[in-house]
Amino acid sequence: MARKDVALDVSHVSMRFNLSSEKVDNLKEYIVKSMKKEIHRDEFWALKDVSFTLRPGDRLGILGLNGAGKSTLLKVIAGVFKPTKGKVIKKGIMAPMLELGAGFDPQYTGEENIYLYGSVLGLSKDFLKSKYDEIVEFSELGNFIHVPLKNYSSGMKARLGFSIVTQVKPDILILDEVLAVGDAKFRAKSEAKIMEMFDQGVTVLFVSHSLAQVQRLCNKAILLEHGQIISAGEIDEVSKIYESKTGF
Amino acid sequence: MKGYIKGFLKYRFLLQELVKKGIKLKYRRSYLGIIWSFIEPLLTTIVLTIVFSTILEKNIQAFPVYILTGRLLYSFFNQATNAAMKSIRANQSMIKKVYVPKYLYPLASCMYNYVIFLISLIVLVGVSGIYISMGKIHLTSYAFLAIIPVINLFILAYGVGLILATISVFFRDMEYMWSVFVMIIMYASAIFYDANRMLQASDAWKGYLLKLNPLFCIIHNFRNCIYYGKMMSVHMLMYSFGFSIVCLIVGLVLFKKKQDKFILYI
Repeated sequence: MARKDVALDVSHVSMRFNLSSEKVDNLKEYIVKSMKKEIHRDEFWALKDVSFTLRPGDRLGILGLNGAGKSTLLKVIAGVFKPTKGKVIKKGIMAPMLELGAGFDPQYTGEENIYLYGSVLGLSKDFLKSKYDEIVEFSELGNFIHVPLKNYSSGMKARLGFSIVTQVKPDILILDEVLAVGDAKFRAKSEAKIMEMFDQGVTVLFVSHSLAQVQRLCNKAILLEHGQIISAGEIDEVSKIYESKTGF
Repeated sequence: MKGYIKGFLKYRFLLQELVKKGIKLKYRRSYLGIIWSFIEPLLTTIVLTIVFSTILEKNIQAFPVYILTGRLLYSFFNQATNAAMKSIRANQSMIKKVYVPKYLYPLASCMYNYVIFLISLIVLVGVSGIYISMGKIHLTSYAFLAIIPVINLFILAYGVGLILATISVFFRDMEYMWSVFVMIIMYASAIFYDANRMLQASDAWKGYLLKLNPLFCIIHNFRNCIYYGKMMSVHMLMYSFGFSIVCLIVGLVLFKKKQDKFILYI
């Protein structure tokens, strides 16, 4: 099970959600509705028996139409969701770039948020202190770093988030559409930064709707449809199938 | 177990940051800032002293000290349990996107309120200093034992906080129910009336009403150390400690069992 050359092992992962037509979160409603037998438990399997293994240095593109379960899969791997069935075994430090700045507090200034978000990612205080200038410089925020985050534009927040998260030296990197951050200039810069991380031999999970980008960055791919893997293997084969599905 | 310790060490800086955030944001944008944490109890004590010493004929010796010893402990319990209860929802944006051990959120809520509580104890030191110098209360070496009920209080608040945090994710009504319940606890904690009159009342049930309240037991033992200057009641200490440990265990087990489902409900 714990072979040395495996960086990430996803085995038979299934994820179920209960879709209640209305969200019941108070006692009165719950009692009334369960007496009337009105609580429907519509089950929805966002992932069905997904399995794959990655070796260190593999770069996996995850393809699929909207609602195929791509983001759910990434959240399961990141540990945000606990899978209903199956398990995920990961080795080393993981940097999830699911949504940048998830740990930000709007009342905090940029500077305080660097320490807060950095600590959410498991970085130490001394490390953040030593990297502080680099983070501020990369984010191009300048004096705005001392302004509360609630006054930031969404681009500024994303830039700050990206600058902090790339300070993590991960073994596994999860990217969910994050290369669409900021303006064209920052996008080029951030892609260069990501490529730099690639060169250090990290294992990558990458979700994007841009097939060209996936083909450029990844060497392997899986194609998801309705929560199931319908194709897995080398990037070229899988992208052919994906192209035939999307009809372009 | 080893995994838990490793996880805790990894995230101790996050815990520190969350505690800091709680304290900072509580007083952000107020001019007096953290000074409020002792002005506020001081002012309410003055109000309570004026109100109750005019209403009640029989005065309690060094009444402000009596009130403070009760009120400071109660208001920590009230604030900490409320903050812990709401901590999961307050941090939902974080919970939805990154993995962090979730017990940290109620723990941080209790801890930052505890820090504020410890700072507010300065008021008690000041006010009781005045009464000691007037000779109205006597400082004894039992004062050192006051640390025991203070520690006990934290365990109780965290245990109760964990239970409330778990329940309130699934049933938001808990927040409203709890606000009523803490009010009942306040009146059953003998904060501004003489506890001994109840304890020695001819109707024994009045005494039991107080003694069954673990928060009262903690307050009473705290008063024994500081205000009465005598040994703690061992019975009450055992009861309040036992109650707190049971709450903590129930809270941890309940929280651990349900935490994976939180994300589906927030």
